Amino acid sequence: MNQPGYQPYFSVNLPGRQALSKVWRSLFLVTTAIAVVFLVILVGTLINQSVGYVAIETKTPIASLVSDGHSLEELDKAELVTLLQQNLTTGRYNTLNASEPMETRAKSDLVNLVYTEVLEPEVQETWLLTESIFHGNRIKAEAAELHPDALLQFKSWLNFNLLKTTQSSDPLASGIRTALLGSIWSILITILVAFPLGVGAALYLEEYARDTWVNRMIQTNINNLAGVPSIIYGMLGLAIFVRTLSVITSGAAFGLGSGGSENGRTLLSAGLTLALLVLPLIIINTQEAVKAVPDTLRQASYGLGATQWQTIWYHVLPNAMPGILTGTILAISRAIGETAPLVVVGAATYITFDPNNVFSRFTTLPIQIYQWSSRPQAVFQHIAAAAILVLLILLLSLNSFAIVLRNRYRK
Amino acid sequence: MDSPNNSENAIEVSGLNIYYDKFRAVKNVSIAIKQKKVTAFIGPSGCGKSTMLRSLNRMNELIPSCHTEGKVDFLGQDIYAPNVDPVEVRKRIGMVFQKPNPFPKSIYENVAWSARINGFKPGLGRPSMDEWVEICLRKAALWDEVKDKLHQSGLSISGGQQQRLCIARTIAVQPQIILMDEPASALDPIATLKIEELMRELADEYTIIVVTHNMQQAARASDYTAFFTMDEDRSGILVEYDKTEKLYTNPSDSKTEAYISGRFG
Repeated sequence: MNQPGYQPYFSVNLPGRQALSKVWRSLFLVTTAIAVVFLVILVGTLINQSVGYVAIETKTPIASLVSDGHSLEELDKAELVTLLQQNLTTGRYNTLNASEPMETRAKSDLVNLVYTEVLEPEVQETWLLTESIFHGNRIKAEAAELHPDALLQFKSWLNFNLLKTTQSSDPLASGIRTALLGSIWSILITILVAFPLGVGAALYLEEYARDTWVNRMIQTNINNLAGVPSIIYGMLGLAIFVRTLSVITSGAAFGLGSGGSENGRTLLSAGLTLALLVLPLIIINTQEAVKAVPDTLRQASYGLGATQWQTIWYHVLPNAMPGILTGTILAISRAIGETAPLVVVGAATYITFDPNNVFSRFTTLPIQIYQWSSRPQAVFQHIAAAAILVLLILLLSLNSFAIVLRNRYRK
Repeated sequence: MDSPNNSENAIEVSGLNIYYDKFRAVKNVSIAIKQKKVTAFIGPSGCGKSTMLRSLNRMNELIPSCHTEGKVDFLGQDIYAPNVDPVEVRKRIGMVFQKPNPFPKSIYENVAWSARINGFKPGLGRPSMDEWVEICLRKAALWDEVKDKLHQSGLSISGGQQQRLCIARTIAVQPQIILMDEPASALDPIATLKIEELMRELADEYTIIVVTHNMQQAARASDYTAFFTMDEDRSGILVEYDKTEKLYTNPSDSKTEAYISGRFG
């Protein structure tokens, strides 16, 4: 080791290599940072759109109904009914009374009626969250000048009313109730159908199937199906579920159905179409998870006199479950955001009643969002942003449920 | 056990040939394993001794390319007869593998599960599951080391303990024969010694067949030794099978002598 010139040999390349390593490190850091920046921009834009000042003008000034400084909520039921009688036409009042008698209606319902029927608020102008925070005074001045009769409110478009109310042409009364229920129902159908089918197929292919050309062909086809554009699955769903199987998917065969003309454009068709869409993904992910279970476990099980089914049920499946669930999360996340196949299958763009069974007509959140964001009125962009936030929250809660499940299996 | 003169044989193999596709890995082996003794299979790598061992409880069938010809008589019946259920064979002829492979469950569950899938039912006159787990762990000389952590993962204990857990779980099935495929080759010398002692103890109750690379191990722990080697086709053949003492001190075949004296293999 004491040879001259030997020692420098160790370090001669060190600075260069360290520098190179730093370059790579910062390169990867930059790519991560870019991803984070885009994510922050996305969420930031959505929040920016969903909260902010709104100038709302009422047809009848609120001051003419209640004395200064008081609100409708402070009135009792009798006073509210009187207000309605005074300000509505007799015909309109009788219609409302006939649909549900005033005496039996809740107070909050009566307050709502006064709002929508008498005050008839209308959005005059909206502002973004950033504008509202940093230019509050300018907005107030602007609103006072342009909309002297309007009430300037700091409003979050993401609120409980959004979840509770159905679609409407009036932006202030518009909500995502139908779409949210439609999304949840269709995803549940998708999970219930695709999960057992996908896991079953994967188990067959991995644990039972022999290596024949038929099975290799099936495998290749599944791999290719995972990459087929989703609209193709929409066409498939339209042909099979909506048209061919309409007797079943419309519920006519069971005497259910939503009444009227028999047609298969129902939640069931949507759920089944989405199930077809995610089936290859679930199969492939499950296969990978099953492959990753070490063979020594299978041998141990067989060596103890377990049958193939016992080996699969007690060892292969529990050990593959974290992987299977991760794959399913990814598949479901894809399904919940799908729009194109559901448009083909016939999701309604305007629908105001809740789905009451799987044979109901439906719309889903992505379709609702698409529909709002394509409207010309600026105010609908705010509702769309709020709906996107709801979609994200729904997605995250589904994912976290699956993560909790996965962690329980890992123990 | 129909005739009295073979009643001391646990398993009788005659004319056994095992193929991987076209390659014959084991050629024409006939051997009678003595009951409640430790029999060691020794020989150089690739001589088919593991394949031979795995054919005794039909574990080879899990390899799709493998097929077996010949007779393996166990309890007076050929286990390769068409009406024999391999699952039932494996319940009576258990197996311990080279690499310790406990299930990723608790120590308790490793033993209890094995008993349960084989129809173990606690009840009158029979031990409860807790007692049975204790009995099996005691037989595997593991009880004292794990009795305070029965509900920890079977993977949390040392390699030697894991291997004894695998033995305990095999005992839980109540087999007559236990096959061990190089059970100590992944363990340190002390753990190896424990496994060897255990094999000796278990031979009071069970027939043990062990494959080993370690000639000293075979000499220390076995009653009988079978020496396998490869012929010119690289197929495994049985060269000599005798009492261990005899085979090590006075081998009748020159190949055996060359192998045990370390001149080849």
